[in-house]
Amino acid sequence: MSNQADQLVREYVPKRNWLTKISWGVLSVYLFYVFGLFDLNIDRFILGLDNGSDFISRMFPPNFTRYNLLIEGLLESLQIGVIATTCGVIFSVPLGFLAARNLMPIWVTWIARTIIVLCRSFHPVIVAILFVKAVGFGALAGVLALIVASIGFIAKLFAEAIEEISLKQIEAIRSTGASFTNIILIGVLPQVLGRFIGFISYQLDSNLRNSTMVGLVGAGGIGGTLFAAFQRFDYDFVAAILISIIAVIMTGEGLNNVMRKLYR
Amino acid sequence: MVKSTSQGAKGLSAAPNDQLVIHNLTKEYIPGIPVLNNLSASLDARDITAIIGPSGTGKSTLIRCINRLVNPTSGEIHFQGIDLANLSGKELRLARREIGMVFQEYNLVERLSVMENVLSGRLGYVSSWRAWLRKFSSEDVRTAFDLLDQVGMADFVNQRADALSGGQRQRVSIARALMQSPAMLLADEPTSSLDPKTSVEILELMTGQAKDREIPVIINIHDVSLAKRFADRILGMSNGFIVFDGKPNELKDEHLKTIYGGEDWLS
Repeated sequence: MSNQADQLVREYVPKRNWLTKISWGVLSVYLFYVFGLFDLNIDRFILGLDNGSDFISRMFPPNFTRYNLLIEGLLESLQIGVIATTCGVIFSVPLGFLAARNLMPIWVTWIARTIIVLCRSFHPVIVAILFVKAVGFGALAGVLALIVASIGFIAKLFAEAIEEISLKQIEAIRSTGASFTNIILIGVLPQVLGRFIGFISYQLDSNLRNSTMVGLVGAGGIGGTLFAAFQRFDYDFVAAILISIIAVIMTGEGLNNVMRKLYR
Repeated sequence: MVKSTSQGAKGLSAAPNDQLVIHNLTKEYIPGIPVLNNLSASLDARDITAIIGPSGTGKSTLIRCINRLVNPTSGEIHFQGIDLANLSGKELRLARREIGMVFQEYNLVERLSVMENVLSGRLGYVSSWRAWLRKFSSEDVRTAFDLLDQVGMADFVNQRADALSGGQRQRVSIARALMQSPAMLLADEPTSSLDPKTSVEILELMTGQAKDREIPVIINIHDVSLAKRFADRILGMSNGFIVFDGKPNELKDEHLKTIYGGEDWLS
């Protein structure tokens, strides 16, 4: 009985995370500041609505009479997207392995990771501008720009997928006396292949979208046509192009889903 | 200094080639804190040796030092006339081919088929090109089918490993180890993830195969009764030392007390 009385009443105090609180505070102050800079008022909004409705009414009905130009541009965009994804994957697979910290010595991963970060530091459009200056107007500049973008994105994802593999399976393959390449082929690849295919299909999807955009800076594809149509106020042709792009991207999305199901 | 090493070499070379001789083996994961403490033992060929002891006492480390999944800090491990502790690169890979290993959690490549997993036992012999294309020799394929028959997994050839139960996985993993035609089998807690009945079946399979092939087996196991039932010799480890070394019938409660500490758990 006396034991019970002697027992201390222990209090539970939840741990306070001051860092989180301060972060929220800083974020809200910054948001107020930013909205203050933004000259947002109701008059401007109404004027904008007016312009918008005018723009949209001039877009309809969409004008498909110049379908030759449209199809030519779309095909070029598709080619840019597919070629860039293929080449990007070819470069990314070895780079991803070199960047995986559980397989490679640390100095190798640093070099590989630096290359990946460099590839990812600029938006594809900026890279496209650089390549247009380097290799001239046309699809080649677009392809090169999107290859760089693809490497920056999927090589990083590949490396992360490789870093998450189960080392137990590797240990077993290692204990059979397998060479390093055999360990990669039989121990590592089967574990990551499914995820790789997921990343690749995602990158193809994003390259198809980006390929319509690099044309804006003269790097080939439907983007150039779109930009020209905007400049000439051919808003009905603009609408036709936009609808076609949407159709292509949706088809790509459908194909993607089929691919993911097949290779799961 | 020179004298002592030459003496050591002489003493070791006197041992027959098919013995495994561990000499002054030390492993420190953190410098100054040895997990294996200057450990020496020599194991006969064709014997089934069970290593018992509480968890964290270095059993797994000891077994992994033998095929160098763990690199020992110092010491020698002699098997078939070579010092396993001193190998690197290609020599190490050649030595590993001779040592089959069975793991606690089976360590099959989950997304590969049963057949691919068994054939992966030949990866020390097969070029990368052939491994990539799965072009294993017809002899290897025949051996793999024979082994799958022997472990009772012939009906599962094309199943993916992640579709199998624990006992089935361990059978496949034994077939993979035997696929190496090993000169020694290591088993790291091969039954700890299995139910009692399956545990006995797995140990019967493994020890039976080893006896047929006349190769030594070293099994880490924490189930003392299983160790007594299947082993020819028992090593008891505690805190990185071998504190018991003898035949199963010599293992008494007092030994278990020194190995595991306490006595309440002994019925």
